[in-house]
Amino acid sequence: MPFRVLRVVLFYLALLGLWQVVAMLHVWPKYVLPPPNEVWDSFWTYLRSGRITDAVEISMRRLLIGYFIGLVAGVLIGMAMANWKWVDETLGSAVLGLQSLPSVTWVPLAVIWFGINDKAIIFVVVMGSVASIAISARSGMQQMPPIYKRAALTMGASRLQTARYVQLPALLPSMTQGLKLGWSFAWRSLMAAELIVATVSLGQLLDLGRSLNDMSLVLAVMLVIVAIGLFVDFLVFGRIERFVQERWGLAT
Amino acid sequence: MALLRRQLAEEREDTGALLELRDVAKEFLARRQRTKAIDHISMLVQNGEFVCIVGPSGCGKSTLLNIVAGLEHPSAGRVLFDGRPIVRPGAERVVVFQEPALYPWLNVRANVEMGLKIAGRNGADRKRLAERYIELVNLKRFSKAYMHELSGGMRQRVQLARALAVEPRMLLMDEPFAALDAQTRDVLQQELQEIWARTGATVLFVTHNVREAAILGDRVFVMAPAPGRLKREIGVDLPRPRSPDSHAVVDLAARIRAELEHDIYAVPSPEDSYAI
Repeated sequence: MPFRVLRVVLFYLALLGLWQVVAMLHVWPKYVLPPPNEVWDSFWTYLRSGRITDAVEISMRRLLIGYFIGLVAGVLIGMAMANWKWVDETLGSAVLGLQSLPSVTWVPLAVIWFGINDKAIIFVVVMGSVASIAISARSGMQQMPPIYKRAALTMGASRLQTARYVQLPALLPSMTQGLKLGWSFAWRSLMAAELIVATVSLGQLLDLGRSLNDMSLVLAVMLVIVAIGLFVDFLVFGRIERFVQERWGLAT
Repeated sequence: MALLRRQLAEEREDTGALLELRDVAKEFLARRQRTKAIDHISMLVQNGEFVCIVGPSGCGKSTLLNIVAGLEHPSAGRVLFDGRPIVRPGAERVVVFQEPALYPWLNVRANVEMGLKIAGRNGADRKRLAERYIELVNLKRFSKAYMHELSGGMRQRVQLARALAVEPRMLLMDEPFAALDAQTRDVLQQELQEIWARTGATVLFVTHNVREAAILGDRVFVMAPAPGRLKREIGVDLPRPRSPDSHAVVDLAARIRAELEHDIYAVPSPEDSYAI
């Protein structure tokens, strides 16, 4: 275990060192490739002025609201698609179509519908994540052992009880990847929307960096996004995966 | 009140039996061909009885059980439970399946509580009943365990406890011990006899194992395949608990087996065809 940690640390130190060396060789001007220490300075300045924390707070709030709505709607739609053939044939085809639509294309529509505000961005996040979650929920329902439902039925469960007590929790192992996929789609949608809809946010900081030719800021914000992604992956999805392994006894 | 009850009794065409099958048939449509899975099935099951249905695989005995469970619907005939037609599955007829139909995300106790949760019982009731039945199936030490940590026999005990916890009027058992090893099966057969004696449950038990039917049944129905029919009814009047090795049980098993084999080898022999 310590060796594995060491290996990871060494890898990133090497990467950082390589970056520093290349930047110090002045092959490219600083506004194209700033050295890591300048990125750090930029990060520190924006962090102390509170602009990064504000942006993270606002962006995360939008992301969480949007993802939550997309998650609830997606799971419900996916379960309905698996339960009723006519839903699959009607709404299902729309969901498939939606998945092939890049979520950034919703931005103009969202701006006209909702204006330049949170609602527009949350809408884009929902539209970006709901389809992949719905499709994953549907395939999870189809892979589920039919005996789960039969057992619930013979104990007198209604359709709603079967869905709530049995099918919903039983979806977890097959949906872990789908939840992650939905999350990353939500992130993408958020960034696309925030780059265009300029209100205080991580996306707007990126755009600010571009317009000021401040590459250090751009890279600092990108690293913040990566850090949040890793953090959530470890904290939320890692926990779900461990829970599934523990309960279902899948090989670790 | 008395009048109402009398009217109800008349409407229900009371035979006094808990379960009544009258001329039940089930057809399947497979490759554009109608195939009769079971045909002309009639039987009565009285309250408190342990009835076994034994037959070769594919004879339609599971179909029959599913019809009683309400999971499938008959193509013809009537199926009455307590005088009323069976239209859907219900907690008064809980099934114990051959495969462990348990929920891996719940521990043993939560699994046993599931039927009670569905019935809307409160937490204290659920806990009390679940604990009682977990103890009855000798799993007290494992009530916090998850399904993948249990052996096949233990999983079937959990299923049994879960079914008993809702206190059904009839327990439907669909080859519950068929996937277990011989020793575990012997143990569970003995335990089931004890549990049955203690709870007084009515049981409809489907199996292809003649010895199992001889050990467990008050009455044993022998089924013949294609289409599945009840071929013979054998009343079993042996004292309980019955040991799998007692002479009486072995003799009875042999008798049931003879009934089954007679059917399996009932293909026309060469002499028969020459005679035509």
